[in-house]
Amino acid sequence: MYSSETVIGLGTPSVKNKPIEQLVWPEDGLHAIPDWVYTSDDVYAREVERIFQGRTWNFVALEAEVPNSGDYKRSYVGPTPVVVSRAEDGSIHVFENRCAHRGAELCRHTRGNNAEFVCPYHQWSYDLKGNLQGIPFKRGVNKLGGMPRDFRNEDHGLKKLAVTTRNGVVFASFTHDMEPIEDYLTPEILKDFDTVFNGKKLRILGFYKNELPCNWKMYHENLKDPYHATLLHSFLVVFGLLVAGNRSAMVADSKYGIHGTMASAKSDSLYATVDTDKKKEMRSFHEGMVLKDERFLEYVKEFDSEWSVTMQTIWPNLIVQREMNTLGVRHIVPNGPNSMVMLWTMFGYEDDTEETTRHRLRQGNLMGPAGFLGLEDNEAMKFVQEGVRRSVTDRSVLKLDSEKTGTADNLISEAAIRAMYKHYRDVMGF
Amino acid sequence: MLPGFEKKPIAHDKALAARAAVEDFHAEYCAVLDGGDVERWPDFFTENCLYRVTEYENAALGFPVGLVYAEGRDMLRDRAVAISRTQMFAPRQMLHFVTNVRILDVTDEEIIAQSNYMLMQTLVEGATCLHQAGRLFDRFARKGNELLLKERQAIYDTAMIANDLAYPV
Repeated sequence: MYSSETVIGLGTPSVKNKPIEQLVWPEDGLHAIPDWVYTSDDVYAREVERIFQGRTWNFVALEAEVPNSGDYKRSYVGPTPVVVSRAEDGSIHVFENRCAHRGAELCRHTRGNNAEFVCPYHQWSYDLKGNLQGIPFKRGVNKLGGMPRDFRNEDHGLKKLAVTTRNGVVFASFTHDMEPIEDYLTPEILKDFDTVFNGKKLRILGFYKNELPCNWKMYHENLKDPYHATLLHSFLVVFGLLVAGNRSAMVADSKYGIHGTMASAKSDSLYATVDTDKKKEMRSFHEGMVLKDERFLEYVKEFDSEWSVTMQTIWPNLIVQREMNTLGVRHIVPNGPNSMVMLWTMFGYEDDTEETTRHRLRQGNLMGPAGFLGLEDNEAMKFVQEGVRRSVTDRSVLKLDSEKTGTADNLISEAAIRAMYKHYRDVMGF
Repeated sequence: MLPGFEKKPIAHDKALAARAAVEDFHAEYCAVLDGGDVERWPDFFTENCLYRVTEYENAALGFPVGLVYAEGRDMLRDRAVAISRTQMFAPRQMLHFVTNVRILDVTDEEIIAQSNYMLMQTLVEGATCLHQAGRLFDRFARKGNELLLKERQAIYDTAMIANDLAYPV
């Protein structure tokens, strides 16, 4: 069911959707999150302006999606539709998907290849860099009508964004004096980012898309919340794959506190052993359950990394997934306070063997909108959105590992979420 | 759309018999899933089956990824057990509708068929919603009129999934 198909309580109650000047962050601000960050239209509008259109690099594409001159894809920066295009000289350009003339969203195909972009309404044409090329009847007909003499094509191109790439990953920004992407991502985050994007050419394996009836920030929080992994994901626990005692890390970048890496190392045996005292804490542990087909949980070590799993949250709209050998990026498109869209691109490397590709595909069953783990996150976040939007209670509790903000040295911690909100409040003025 | 699923010329009587067998199969398969008996679902497949659910764009562009991707009945059994015993998701009712059964090729050992499907989902206190609309590309192993799926590719048009897909297609 899409969020728009909600039957009971489709509209947000006014108490959860107050004007922005009436919103006050709770006292003891590091240890509570007010519900209105997830439910308020005003807050959402300010997020779009200050975060997605502010001083951030936003993921828009993998270079492997637009490998050749003329290749393009529809994409988004925040909720704003953009086009990612590769020009004749190999450079990548990102511009608003809006004709400069009357505003039509001119690029309609999800992806494709063309020599120029032509708006179907009045056939204004743009080159692959977004510059206005041609206007039909620019000088009128029989010396009547047409554009004024001083109309210059150069002044009426598509709205262009700043573009940067890092090892095949394309980012864009509405801010044109952004710091270099390396500085933005910070060394702590680049370490695991560069493990996946190490310069080897990617092979696209395909796409998924889903609407999640939850606020976009919840997706970040969920991947900065290592506490949930062994509790919600009973599949991991039932099959002994990740238990609270595994070697793991929850890193937050120390520059901003907004990017994160949730990492864990799989034990050598296929099924982890669980101590009696930990079993008591995990209701979903079932002794002795085994898989009929164990191939899909095999971990083939292919990277120079101490981790078998790294889930990276790159502020504000990218998740990089390395779940053992299944690799993907998830592009967050915020869709109002109560909804977000997730655009998934799964990939391997160009030099993968046929068997490696199939292993990645088999392991892909863990993640995605029908994944053994992925599905549960979607469900949990939907429950949270319904809870915060329709209840009288007005805040949630964030007290695990309460003394710390930022990188955590254990899994039973919400320190990385606190770091994210510390930065968020600065930017948002809360 | 998918290689290996081209329409071949078939004698009318053979196509009729094959269609009846395939429609029977769909009815029983859907009854099991709609009845909530997901652990019986793998019984409809051969041991070395291929099962994939993927969006239209992946099929059209030749991308191999599956929203669900299983090689062999054992992978289906693991999924069925995960769904019925370990996974956390909101309770829901599912209804499958399979129509437009089209026999693409038929021999004594195999039937290749294409059908359209609609998957309706009803959550607690929710509307009944069209969760997926798509096409089934099926390759059946045949013993007389008894069929088992050697291959099922469910190619959905509903690319923007409403949150998730919990139960099989």
